[in-house]
Amino acid sequence: MSERRSRSEGTGRSRSESGSGSSTARRPGTYGDYGGQYVPEALMPAITELDDAYERYVRSNAGGFMDEFASRIADFGGRPTPLQYAEELSDRYDFDVYLKREDLLHGGAHKLNNALGQCLLAKYMGKERIVAETGAGQHGTATAMAAAHLGLDCEIYMGTRDIRRQRPNVFRMRLNGAEVNPVTAGRGTLKEAISETMRDWATTVEDTHYVIGSVVGPHPFPAMVRDFQRVIADEIREQSEEKFDSLPSSVVACAGGGSNTMGAFAAFAGDAENGDAATDTADTADGADTSAVGLFAVEAGGSSLSVDEDRGVAPNSASLSTGSEGVLHGARTKLLQDGHGQIMESHSISSGLDYAGVGPELAHLVDTGRVQAVSVDDDRALEAFHRLSQNEGIIPALETAHAIAWLDDADPEAVGDRVVVNVSGRGDKDLESALEETAKRDLDIAPDMDVFDAEAMTNGSSDIDVEDESR
Amino acid sequence: MSAIGAAFADEPAFVPYLAVGDPDADASVEYVRALERGGADVIELGLPFSEPIAEGPTIQDAVVRSLDGGMTPAAFFETVSRLDVDVPLVCMTYYNLIYQFGRRTSGDPGPEAFVERAAEVGIDGFVVPDLPAEEAGPLRTACDEHDLDLIFIVAPTTRGERLERIMARVSGYVYVQARLGVTGARADVSTRTAASLDRLADWDVPKAVGFGITTGDHAREVVAAGADGVIVGSVLVDLIAEGNEAGDPVETVADRLEAKARELKQGALDGATSKTGVEADGGAGPETGAERESGTELGTETEVGGRTQAGTGTDAGTRPERK
Ligand SMILES: Cc1ncc(COP(=O)(O)O)c(C=O)c1O
Repeated sequence: MSERRSRSEGTGRSRSESGSGSSTARRPGTYGDYGGQYVPEALMPAITELDDAYERYVRSNAGGFMDEFASRIADFGGRPTPLQYAEELSDRYDFDVYLKREDLLHGGAHKLNNALGQCLLAKYMGKERIVAETGAGQHGTATAMAAAHLGLDCEIYMGTRDIRRQRPNVFRMRLNGAEVNPVTAGRGTLKEAISETMRDWATTVEDTHYVIGSVVGPHPFPAMVRDFQRVIADEIREQSEEKFDSLPSSVVACAGGGSNTMGAFAAFAGDAENGDAATDTADTADGADTSAVGLFAVEAGGSSLSVDEDRGVAPNSASLSTGSEGVLHGARTKLLQDGHGQIMESHSISSGLDYAGVGPELAHLVDTGRVQAVSVDDDRALEAFHRLSQNEGIIPALETAHAIAWLDDADPEAVGDRVVVNVSGRGDKDLESALEETAKRDLDIAPDMDVFDAEAMTNGSSDIDVEDESR
Repeated sequence: MSAIGAAFADEPAFVPYLAVGDPDADASVEYVRALERGGADVIELGLPFSEPIAEGPTIQDAVVRSLDGGMTPAAFFETVSRLDVDVPLVCMTYYNLIYQFGRRTSGDPGPEAFVERAAEVGIDGFVVPDLPAEEAGPLRTACDEHDLDLIFIVAPTTRGERLERIMARVSGYVYVQARLGVTGARADVSTRTAASLDRLADWDVPKAVGFGITTGDHAREVVAAGADGVIVGSVLVDLIAEGNEAGDPVETVADRLEAKARELKQGALDGATSKTGVEADGGAGPETGAERESGTELGTETEVGGRTQAGTGTDAGTRPERK
């Protein structure tokens, strides 16, 4: 055995990996038992290089990187986004509801915070080409915009099913000059798109940066994406102080991979990363007790929280609520998997939540009890989509609609009197699938669409195609 | 020396890969036999995982066929236990299956149960493409407990400290990834192979090159450039897929695999001969003295004992040392 094998692996103390083995070294990028870097060797040098760049530019602001980011996300992105008091929702519940309007960020979702940050970092690192996966198309769109803005080549991988569900976003990516590569494997959703992007990156890693779209993947991605999204929480904090002179009692966000979630929670959650000095203690310099802020992550309950082991299908995307620990796409985290460890096909009415994994830090925060994981099914999300559209004049993304819908379940005692909901995105991209899904159900709240001549629709001459693909 | 190490000791090794259960377990048993008849020295048996991020389309499709056919880790072990071949067997799979096997069988997630079961059915080592050296501690420990080898992949981008870290953990052979990217048959041998082999020349561990090797000529070139073996997957998986689609009987496909195996093994042998004859054939680049020495041995019948191993009489799990 070589002298170079220095870590105290396999002490024999425990046959489980928990708390021993690979995590003994307190490597950065591990969150309790989660996180790590489970990627092919071909990617490891690039990930190490990225980690160095992350430390230098993002965490230490070398070369004024974070200042440039702040200035670009303001001028190009439109930050800060408002924290809006929601009158109708506040009337409906026994607590005040404030909406953090990430739907007003350029591109229509929180995704630009991360996409612009990573594209800028790629530039600082001297990479010329960007690849990214996308589910709902929001991350792909944001990445295509950021790449065009910064003069980088851009290729997006997107599952064929998602391409069908999110056509407007495909057009937007193409308009910004990005290639869109359809991924046909599996069910053609986010999981397959991530795998295919990793394959591209393994081939092109020397001149290409992979702009991953959520707080998932190998370290440093979960930490780095959180840091770029953290601006949401920092603004919520500042705006809360301005508006009602205290911290919010709770923050609610939907969770797919969990980037809008971690972004909205980051200033309140404390630092869960091992091996790092805690940068956020619960009691902060300004004396505010962030640990008292309730944090609620709303997952997609799909059509049911049960799973079909034989078919390898989970009709939901609730990995925090129903998943188990495993390794996927570079990280140890909570996953939807069968008993053998094969990853399940997930489901959600919203493409952006339709993923069998979740960010490792968020999974850890749920395990420690700091964040509560809850879920909302397809029907209720769709109902909330219509309700917010009609009552507040905001058409939310179907992802966001899950967070809105959950307010119906919120115990006023538990969430307190001032609840901030992160409106992660606007619903323009979802119009087709929302109409389609509405047509399948008999929703009282849904507007009728008789305005489109029924005959024109069956002739296929209408721009709006409400045909149900499952028939 | 471990069975795997011994397989590289006398002549360049031919290491074929196939996905077990493609299209079914019985066919895989026949195919493994055919590969042995064709001259395989080590056989890599793929246990299919639903997210094969290191594989190109050919092996992705094989994974789908195998999973659709109902392949599971338990069925994989059962199939391996039925194999009546003499060559060492390497299990190639992704970490989540290894990790979850523990949870399923003993309630305790982790690699020990998987490794123990693999040892029972006659597996000699593992290669796990999504498990870099940094995360491999628990699996390395389990392999050491059961005297099995743990093979690591070295990419064209792997150098310096990373290479050292891998060398501190690898045993059996080093899987030299010929090119960046994913598995898949290619028309040519990557020009980066020679440079990769060069970086490894100082280490006394067998170097097997894979990713894209498709023909006997490729095998010859790669061995002439200093490889101790060739790993071949996609072109064999293609033969299986084509036979499958045409509805050919298993024996017919097995015969084709055997013939292809012969071509590849012969190519590897030819490569050893040309390497002895001419220095730096095939653009191998500057060779170190150490490598030249081992190259000379390749062409001879002399028993110099442990050409590539860290001395004689070592067991599975022995890490390489610098020559
Ligand atoms: C509007 C919107 N919200 C939420 C998400 C889910 O992603 P995450 O959980 O990373 O915030 C997406 C993903 O596409 C999205 O487009």
